[in-house]
Amino acid sequence: MTQTPTPTPTAASAQGGPPSLGDGSSNGLVRRSSLTQNTLPSWLWIALLGGSIVLGAALSALLGFNLASFFIFTAAIYILSSYIVTRTRVNRRRATDGLWTNLVYLAFLIALMPLVSVIWSVASVGIPGLLAPGFMASDMQGITGLVDQASQTEGAPVLGGIAHALIGSLLITLAATAISVPIGLLTSIYLVEYARGGLLSRAITFFVDVMTGIPSIVAGLFAGAAMAWFLSVFSGVTGLLTTQRSTLGITAAIALSVLMVPVVVRTTEEMLRVVPNELREASYALGVRKWRTILKVVLPTAISGIASGVTLAIARVIGETAPILVTAGFVVNTNWNLFQGWMTALPVYIFRQFQNPTSPNFSDPSEQRAWAAALVLILIVMGLNLFARLIATLFAPKQTGR
Amino acid sequence: MSKRVDAVDLNVYYGDFLAVEGINISIDARAVTAFIGPSGCGKTTFLRSLNRMHEVLPGARVKGQLLLDGEDIYDPGVDPVTVRTQVGMVFQRPNPFPTMTIRENVLAGYKLNGARLSKSQSEEIVETSLRSANLWNEVKDRLDRPGSGLSGGQQQRLCIARTIAVKPDVILMDEPCSALDPISTLAIEDLIGELQQDYTVIIVTHNMQQAARVSQKTAFFNIAGTGKPGKLIEYNDTTAIFNTPQEKSTEDYVSGRFG
Repeated sequence: MTQTPTPTPTAASAQGGPPSLGDGSSNGLVRRSSLTQNTLPSWLWIALLGGSIVLGAALSALLGFNLASFFIFTAAIYILSSYIVTRTRVNRRRATDGLWTNLVYLAFLIALMPLVSVIWSVASVGIPGLLAPGFMASDMQGITGLVDQASQTEGAPVLGGIAHALIGSLLITLAATAISVPIGLLTSIYLVEYARGGLLSRAITFFVDVMTGIPSIVAGLFAGAAMAWFLSVFSGVTGLLTTQRSTLGITAAIALSVLMVPVVVRTTEEMLRVVPNELREASYALGVRKWRTILKVVLPTAISGIASGVTLAIARVIGETAPILVTAGFVVNTNWNLFQGWMTALPVYIFRQFQNPTSPNFSDPSEQRAWAAALVLILIVMGLNLFARLIATLFAPKQTGR
Repeated sequence: MSKRVDAVDLNVYYGDFLAVEGINISIDARAVTAFIGPSGCGKTTFLRSLNRMHEVLPGARVKGQLLLDGEDIYDPGVDPVTVRTQVGMVFQRPNPFPTMTIRENVLAGYKLNGARLSKSQSEEIVETSLRSANLWNEVKDRLDRPGSGLSGGQQQRLCIARTIAVKPDVILMDEPCSALDPISTLAIEDLIGELQQDYTVIIVTHNMQQAARVSQKTAFFNIAGTGKPGKLIEYNDTTAIFNTPQEKSTEDYVSGRFG
């Protein structure tokens, strides 16, 4: 076996990069293919990461240990050390590649941090309240400041629950969905299937974009004012409902649907546009009318995307506080009727429990209930997101199955 | 069950752009007619105007007469949907409905129109259509699987089965083999040969050998230059077009001197 006195040119130098620096030692024993380069052992990154964690912990301990500085030091040391090692042991291109890969992972971790932090803090504070007896099943009727005072000072169980708020949120969101899905769906069908780029379609697209940016409190004020105006005109013309107030569950649903419609239009439009034109033409060529083509070919092909888009829109509005507070108010008892009386939604419940504790001087039970309700709200939103993914996979057109 | 097609001074437009000009052609029933010509010469445009698919595109319109057994399909009182039930179409790329099974794809022409079929009727339609499309033996055990799981050639034959299931009078084919391998192409060409016994088949192809193999008559389209309308240059028996063309440009094209 011949050995060259100088380092053999490797692929790195053939590519125009600098010859690897550490070649001499590893190169002698076995003849290597001219295409292979120095590779780092696969366990090296774990070792580097372990070293970085230890070093980061030590450095951060010098400054008085806290999680943030520990994380920053660890990340910096790991990224720097792996760059230097790769640069000296392999080549510059690999080192740059690794550097950017690490930076991308770091960005992902930073982006994930708030989510994990929120879930962690809400879960750790909220679980005791969630486990309190009757929390999901009872409302706040009969829960007075004295009851809360007894809970805080004498250790009596925390009473009261979110049943009324859950029912309120559910009914209001369902009604908002029932209002906005037909409007949004039909609008996007018009935009994709019927509009031919005319003035009307461009105006609709523009105003949908504008609607996306409406602050939610404005939507609430609009719905409240619209309902008040409608009721006054209605009672003036017919003489009925003269005592009806505009603070109703349905008013909140209208406010939420103002927020939902643009989201539904946008997602549905996107989904309808990706349905291949060939399918429409195939249907037309069979002598199928346009509306039947849309109903039986286009919509079924896009249904998974539409359904998951609608679910995400629901998840988006179920956490709204301000528009529901100004349109539906808040009550302590369960109200099943969207068209009569005030209603509480879960976010409004959380807001009220924090802002105006049931017992102003003994607010611990109220805060416990608020945190537990927040946990329930997060769980609902996460559940809706999972549900959306489930729908997307279940309804997706069957691509395989040979 | 099969009708003849005659075009009289037919002009086809995209908006203000005249895409095809002055077509006069008589297409025989129960025969295969091939349209050949260089890209962009208006073959497909003219083909799509034969079942009023052309006007699906915004701004597209047609002037002149197009007679299906003597009846003008562009008469103002004619519903394009009625025309399309009589003139079926097979597209360049196989396009089975992805949400439907093989069986549903064959029955699509009925199901999408809301027709009610008894179980025995639909079984019979599925079997006869798939048999006519030479696909029955390959798919009879998996009729309830998605149509998109088939190979490209099988998908194209499924699309042909879907087209003949609604019993049209004329079948238009827009380069039906251009996305397929030679074996699948052979299967489709054999199928075209069988279809001409019952249907008027009009096929657009870029493959001159294919035109020579499958068609009795051939129409050669050409274009004077970009931006100019496409025209029908020569229309004759296929053997005459390929062996004794009357026009210089036809001869140049079929002998491979341009295009």
